[in-house]
This record gives sequence, structure tokens and C-alpha cells, in this order.
Amino acid sequence: MRSEIRKSSEIHLRQARKTDARNAEIRMRFVDEFREPELISKTAEEIRRLAGKERHHRMMEVCGGHTHAIYRFGLKDILPDNIELIHGPGCPVCVLPMGRIDDGLSIAQDPDVIFAAFGDMMRVPGTQGSPLEHKARGMDVRIVYSPSDALKLARMNPGKHVMFFAIGFETTAPSTALTLMRAKAEGIRNFSVFCNHVTIIPAIRAILDSPDMRLDAFIGPGHVSTVIGCRPYEWIARNEGKPIVVSGFEPLDMLQSVVMLLHQLRKGEAKVENQYKRVVPWEGNRAALRAMAEVFELRPYFEWRGLGFISQSALRLRDNYAEWDAEQRFQVPGIRVTDPKAAQCGEVLKGVLKPHQCKLFGRECTPEHPIGALMVSSEGSCAAYFNYEHRKAALVNSLTSIA
Amino acid sequence: MCLAIPGKIVEISSDNKDSALVDVVGVRRRIDLGLLQDDQPVPGDWVLIHVGFAMSKISEQDAADQMNTLRMLGEIDGAMQEVQGYGLEDAQRDPEIQ
Repeated sequence: MRSEIRKSSEIHLRQARKTDARNAEIRMRFVDEFREPELISKTAEEIRRLAGKERHHRMMEVCGGHTHAIYRFGLKDILPDNIELIHGPGCPVCVLPMGRIDDGLSIAQDPDVIFAAFGDMMRVPGTQGSPLEHKARGMDVRIVYSPSDALKLARMNPGKHVMFFAIGFETTAPSTALTLMRAKAEGIRNFSVFCNHVTIIPAIRAILDSPDMRLDAFIGPGHVSTVIGCRPYEWIARNEGKPIVVSGFEPLDMLQSVVMLLHQLRKGEAKVENQYKRVVPWEGNRAALRAMAEVFELRPYFEWRGLGFISQSALRLRDNYAEWDAEQRFQVPGIRVTDPKAAQCGEVLKGVLKPHQCKLFGRECTPEHPIGALMVSSEGSCAAYFNYEHRKAALVNSLTSIA
Repeated sequence: MCLAIPGKIVEISSDNKDSALVDVVGVRRRIDLGLLQDDQPVPGDWVLIHVGFAMSKISEQDAADQMNTLRMLGEIDGAMQEVQGYGLEDAQRDPEIQ
């Protein structure tokens, strides 16, 4: 009897030491980097307590910025094994079908057209190469860091036409909208937008409708929500019965969001909560929403790489902005391009496969020579996974092979 | 591109209230305040900037935290490159695509 008691207390002592060691490790990891390392380890403890052992919790983080944060901060190591983080499709570069890049580039084949886009578009492969590769072959390709700078380029180059290749979710669309309003107001005619703005809610809906996905909860996007607010997520809670917490990007933000989700899951609740209150207003940004409504309307459907055609999921310019719509000013081939057969971008995008489960991962497809867009963009789950986990594993392998 | 960059409003343009000079850790550029028409910032206010447009007002502490987060995510170089690129300041020399 006494030996059993001793054994049990030894086990508890071992577990307590393990907890202490884990907490110490978490504190050390964050002590120089963030203000409240103690709070981070306390929150991690609370997650372990709330997560229990029996249930397996599948949580999807929607936005690419969160995917990046999860890998960079090693949050998967902090979370217990029965909480699985699944990466969602919130990377606008990643969900853009190759055919759209080809279309944009075909417009810029005209030597009087300047192709302007954000930096993260420059290396995304089309069937004939990326914008950067086209630039090397003589196309006038310019990086801009703001849609208003694309308009400025048009003012500076009256003899040329500037085509801005617009991508992004609702975080970016209002800025494109305002820029178009200014172009129209100023009568700047040598400017157009090739619009690939997409909306986040239909993507979430498509994931939930997908038969091969089983999810318990969502970590809601941070900056998209500064524009659309928290209301658009209410149907996820109400109709689908899944809790969703809009989250900030610091480790503590994301861990707190997991705590909030676990509380809801334990109580069998499903509602929308805002963990990122300091930045995200519940009602969103009315001025931004007004600008979007003024300039854009929903396309009946749009093709998303990996998710197929989704209705009412993307924006196009309204008729009264037709003159600034590159698709109306120019002829585009509009050829659908399917991904290389071996690349499994679609399944990774949907969260059905983990990045390393794609046959090309780490071999033919790496950040240095990407095959698919999830490897090109730093927010893509493949690039994020490659940069942090793959290198860590390779290092461990090389160390153990030397030993 | 999901991330936003914190900056301090230095001065609002006298002939265009949607144009402001902002300071991001010492780099000064013009950004657009058009999305904050309903909640106009004033000099001294901190804002979160995304693709050259102020998206929301934040506290000074939040600005410092956000800068730290960008640093921890390895995004600080990209963020500063973005800010430095605003207004095509480097456009006279053909910008090198990195």
C-alpha cells in the first residue's frame, strides 16, 4: 500500500517537474521578445487544463498572418497534442489561380502598358513565368507598395497605361476602391485595375461545406476584421454551431483566443468573440465598407485555387467604373490553368493535407524554386512550414547523423 | 500582406485632409487617411497602416507592441521596405525587385 502511494506521488512529482520545465522553456523563449512571458506560460497552462485529454479539438486559423505566427512562435509546441491547428485559405496570393496571373501578364505584353503590383506578386508563377521573369524578358513591371502609387505612376507616365494587378481580401480592397474613386474624380484615364480581390466569408463557407473537413472552431482573421467587423462571422456560430474568436497576432493573443475557444467548446456554446478589441471594432470600418460598395460588386462566381468555383466570393468593378476595369478595357485570354498534377496545393489549402504530405514538398517545391503559390508567399502554409519546421528537423537529423 | 504597420501622424496636409505625413520608426512618408474619414486622426495619433492607407487608430503602447510583433515574425524588413516605397520615393532609380 505504502509503495503504491509513494509511486503515485513520484509520478505527480515527475509531472510537476515536467510542467515546471515546460513553463521555464516558454518563459525563456519569450522573455526577451514580449512583455508578459509569465502570462504566456500561465495561459499555456490554462489551455492544457481546459483541453483535457479525451476530446480532440480541431481549430482552423483562417488568415495567412496567423499561419505565419503559429510557425514563427512555435505555438504548436506550446499547445497540447489534442489541439490541432489547421491552416485555412486566407492567403490571397495562394488562392489565385495561375490563369489569372497569365491574364494580367497578357495585358502587359503591350509595350505601352506598365504592369504594377505588390512585391509578393512578383515571384508568383504563371504558365510562362512570374512577373519578375517577364520583367527580365523586357516587360515593364513595377513594384508598388500602395494602389495609390500605381495611380501616381499613371500620373507620372501620361504616355503609358498603368495596369494595377490588385489582390487581397477585404483588408486591401477598400484601398483599391478609394484609389479608383480618386482616379475617376481626377479623370485619370491611363489607369486600370485588374481586380482579383476576394472575400473571406465564402471561403470559410466552402471549407465548412467540404465533406472531407471536420472542424470544431475558428480563429478569426485579425486585419480583415478591422474592415468587416465581427458581425459577418455570426452565421458560423449560429448556423454551423462553431465558435469563432477574432484574434490578434502576438503569441499571447493567439493563446488567449484558444482559451476563449476552449471555454466555448466545453460549455457547448458557439458564438463570435473579439479577442483583438484594441484594433478590431465590432461594427468594422464604415468608411472602408462604403468605399467598397461604391466601386465594387460581387462576381457571380470566381475560381479559387484549390477550392474550385465559389459563388459571390470575389469583387469586380461596377459598370460606372468600367473605364478603369482592365478586364473591360483589354482582351484577356481567360484560359483556365489547372495546377501541375503532382502538386497538391488544393488539398493543403483546404487543410486536408499537411504541407509535408504533398509529394513535391521539400523536393521539387521549395521556397527557392516554388511550384505552387503556397510556397511562394511567406503566408502560405507550405512556405511557413518549410521555413520553420523542415529546417528544424533537418538540423536535428544532421546532428544525430554526426553523433 | 495581412499584417499592418504602426506609424505616428506627424502632419495633415493643409490642402488635402486625406493626406498625412506619417513617421514609422524614423522613416517619413505620406499615407492616405481616406479610410478614417469617420474618425479623423490628428498629429500625434498612432495608426495602423496597410498598403499606404491608415486602417485604424491605436494606442502608442499597441503601436510599440505591433512593431515588436513584426520584428518577432521576421516581417520588419519587409514592413520598412514597404514604408520606404510609399509615394514611389525610390522610383527615380528603377526599384530592384527583391
